Amino acid sequence: MKETVNHEAVSEGFPMSGLSKSSDMGPVRPGYALWRKAADSLSTFLLWAAMAFVATVLCSILSFLAARGGGSLSWEFVTEPPRNGMTEGGIVTPIVGTLQLIFVSMCFAFPVGVTTAVYFNEYARGGALKNTLRLAMRSLASIPSVVLGLFGLAFFCAFLRFGASLLSAGLTLGCMVLPTIVTASETALANVPQDYRDAAHALGATEWQTIYGVVLPSAFPGIITGGILSVGRVAGETAPIMFTGAVYFAPGFARNLFDSVMALPYHVYVLATAGTNIERTTPLQYGTILVLLAVVLGISMVGMAARSRLRKDVL
Amino acid sequence: MSQAKLTIESLSLSYSKGTSPALRDVTLGIEENSLMAFIGPSGCGKSTFLRCLNRMNDFVRGVEITGRVLLDGKDIYAPDVDVTSLRRRVGMVFQRPNPFPFSIRENVAYGPKLLGERDRGKLGEVVERSLRNSGLWEEVKDRLDAQASSLSGGQQQRLCIARAIAVEPEVLLMDEPTSALDPMATARIEELARELKKFYTVAIVTHNMQQAARVSDHTAFFLMGELVEHGPTTKIFTTPSDRRTEDYITGRFG
Repeated sequence: MKETVNHEAVSEGFPMSGLSKSSDMGPVRPGYALWRKAADSLSTFLLWAAMAFVATVLCSILSFLAARGGGSLSWEFVTEPPRNGMTEGGIVTPIVGTLQLIFVSMCFAFPVGVTTAVYFNEYARGGALKNTLRLAMRSLASIPSVVLGLFGLAFFCAFLRFGASLLSAGLTLGCMVLPTIVTASETALANVPQDYRDAAHALGATEWQTIYGVVLPSAFPGIITGGILSVGRVAGETAPIMFTGAVYFAPGFARNLFDSVMALPYHVYVLATAGTNIERTTPLQYGTILVLLAVVLGISMVGMAARSRLRKDVL
Repeated sequence: MSQAKLTIESLSLSYSKGTSPALRDVTLGIEENSLMAFIGPSGCGKSTFLRCLNRMNDFVRGVEITGRVLLDGKDIYAPDVDVTSLRRRVGMVFQRPNPFPFSIRENVAYGPKLLGERDRGKLGEVVERSLRNSGLWEEVKDRLDAQASSLSGGQQQRLCIARAIAVEPEVLLMDEPTSALDPMATARIEELARELKKFYTVAIVTHNMQQAARVSDHTAFFLMGELVEHGPTTKIFTTPSDRRTEDYITGRFG
């Protein structure tokens, strides 16, 4: 019905009969159609190949680690402290140490980072100060982690007299991931439609009520993404903690913020460089790497589950 | 003419220094419990004018506003006015339906919660009353916890109206509330607008002259930032006194 009407309108209103039909529109060059098809297949193949390459690299690393370290995995390995100069026992001390470091660094970096992002995105009115601060924040992301480690040593350990401790190491790690959290949060906040803010303001919400009640909840899934990325880096970095709080060996868990800690990445470093009994420590070293990967993966999955839950609630 | 709820005196607005003003010397009264439509071609200043009435233009940087807007005789641009409580009294519905990404219930309860209402029973009453008054209750009463985004565009716009009236405003501003809606949903909003004026003073911006003729008691015609003519809708649409009004409503431009 609709089509007939359109057809009539067209044939009455416009002299369409003079125009050529699409079947008359031959290929521009002979072989062009063939080339189009070939290019399409080729690009599909290249995309697939790139994906396959990445997957192969990833699988190789994982299977290499599993082959070398799988044998040392056991319940005792993750529940007992190291013994006998790291040649026996488990790695529960560095596991707990790494979890503590993640906790301390996130307690610092997450609120500070999100608040900074809110300031940049909601309050700062452009201008030189904002741009300078933002540039400084971005530059922080490109500082090598070993430099941050030295900064942590000089500032937290020495100047603030926190010593080589869980607190110093956690804060140093926090500084390292601040840019990640700020940038991810800023992007998430910028993606919140202006419409929501207008609606809240029109109901008589103050600036803070708008941010707290509408903007932040809408942006939270994106903010969590920044958190997930940060946890991975915090758990895995060695350089920022080796001067600031991670130790070769600790007789027990850190009981307060000023104790030093063992940490998984540093433990790997220690096993790989400082051991004399290589036959005994190498399997433990690979086992430790596997546990570190599992910890990061586990935390990321919790984060992603939280995010998809929030997405469902929010959107 | 009965008591004017809103009196606008020589209101001018420019978005930045040196540019030609978006509103020039507008003087107008809006009667209580009446519905006034603002019509005019795109860019004539009608939306800008509407946004002056709840000070939403305050967010525009560099904006300069002169003149007075009296709500019940008190200037809303006076320095001692609390903008947030002004906006509570003068509610607004936007061009695109913009429910929050929360549940239907949470959307309506948002305003009362801002005002400090925490009592779940009272909030429930407000939600039901507002949804009934916006004509949405029967459609959503069984799924108040569903996401607002699961509603159709027209339902979302009525939800926004429910959200706006949940804080019991005195004036309701509607900025082209049906421009994103289909004809059926538009008809429902128009019907609702006619109902709402019994309780509120309603001002509606529309680019649709038929809509203005259908729903409003008074019509104001804007052109290039100027209020050309205003008066009872029947008069504006039958015997306009200004040539430009006549040209516009007969479709010669715009």
